[in-house]
Amino acid sequence: MDKKEYIEYVESRSKKSPILQNLIRAFLLGGAICTLGQALLELYRLFIVELKDAQSLVSITLIAIAILLTGIGIFDNIARVAGAGTLVPITGFANAIASCAIDTKSEGFVMGVGAKIFSISGPVILFGTFSGVIYGIIYYIASMIWG
Amino acid sequence: MKDGIITFSRLPKITSYYSVVGSKEHNGPLGDYFDEWCEGDKFGKDSWEKAESEMQRRALAGALRKGNLVSDSLDVILAGDLLNQCVGSTYGLADFNVPYLGLYGACSTCAESILLASCLYGGGLASLCGAVTSSHYCSSERQFRFPLEYGGQRTPTAQWTTTGSGAFIIGGEGKVSIKNAMVGRIVNKGISDINNMGAAMAPAVIDTLTRYFSESTHSPEDFDLIITGDLGYEGSEIIKDLLLGKGIDIRKNHVDCGLMIFNRDTQDVHAGGSGCGCSAVVMASSIVPNLERGVIKNVLFLGTGALMSPMTLSQGESIPAVAHLVHLSSN
Repeated sequence: MDKKEYIEYVESRSKKSPILQNLIRAFLLGGAICTLGQALLELYRLFIVELKDAQSLVSITLIAIAILLTGIGIFDNIARVAGAGTLVPITGFANAIASCAIDTKSEGFVMGVGAKIFSISGPVILFGTFSGVIYGIIYYIASMIWG
Repeated sequence: MKDGIITFSRLPKITSYYSVVGSKEHNGPLGDYFDEWCEGDKFGKDSWEKAESEMQRRALAGALRKGNLVSDSLDVILAGDLLNQCVGSTYGLADFNVPYLGLYGACSTCAESILLASCLYGGGLASLCGAVTSSHYCSSERQFRFPLEYGGQRTPTAQWTTTGSGAFIIGGEGKVSIKNAMVGRIVNKGISDINNMGAAMAPAVIDTLTRYFSESTHSPEDFDLIITGDLGYEGSEIIKDLLLGKGIDIRKNHVDCGLMIFNRDTQDVHAGGSGCGCSAVVMASSIVPNLERGVIKNVLFLGTGALMSPMTLSQGESIPAVAHLVHLSSN
């Protein structure tokens, strides 16, 4: 059996991730996080007049909750069930940063936490910023042409 | 050595052995058979790397104590783990003050250390050798995958690194002997999925076993157990299937350390255990004692290692693997 045949053999027999189950769980738990976000927004709107300020505070609250749950070792257990449900909202980003910080503490605050805190979220930050720049240039040129 | 099979002019024996595990392993099906375990897996230390070293220290100290031996009686220690530069071994075993040879064979390290210790004793080069192996779930996750608290999902074929260390003392005394051994060849069949290491390592087992049965006078029926460590569910099914195609039927007597150490239904380990501590503690807790008591007579132990690094995987390389074979027999 050559390499190609073996890879095909392994792929044909290995059990795949349960996609439908994962999708349903991600929908329910991700939806629950978004519902919580909406509830917080409604709550904050009672005290804060500016919509943008209230929205920022919702993001900050969700980040704080995700980091707290990461710190006390619960987040990964939820994420194991929720999958993309916790990964896609801002909670996943907060967890990616906080988990790196906790993990690298033993190597010190500078070369450990400082150097490695963005090791998972780094690509998101880099390419997020990069695509923002590209979008900005296109927007600038388009607005020059079409006013 | 004849046709790849190593036989010994004087027969090496397992003089003593000891196993140390973490709490998940203690809660598994073999929980009661381990010599020592630690709640929380920290072993009184403040980092996971130090915890792994402490496990190795306790394992070797335990094996010496059990065999009424002192560390000065050891001529050499052969030890390894999964961490870069084998720091689990170097920091853990430094205080024994015994000549040290570090090994890296990934999950094959236990078999590799027993094989080499047997060669040193069998060739008359040493009279007493230590063979120590460890892996720790937390230090391995950090090195090979993601931070511990990172929220991700594992695929059904992924394996769970065992937290454990096993030590064996190889010498002239003991009720279990190492009859012969075979060094594995590096086999790379193109699997590049770190979450399916069983499939990456299975071809190495098939290679070694096929060579062994064609070069020796033995057949699979001669063995009470053919034990691999650690292919998990996926790799185990592959070797049974593909070896059957080659006319070698091991379905009746094959077991896998990765499938023995955890309960796959209740412990969320997906395809089973892995890590070089897995086969070390399973052998030291369940297989060698049964050989000593004569419950089983002949065992073929194949340590299987996936010899990649996170860097080679990022560069798109597939996973090379090796399987070393040791034939254990009760006297």
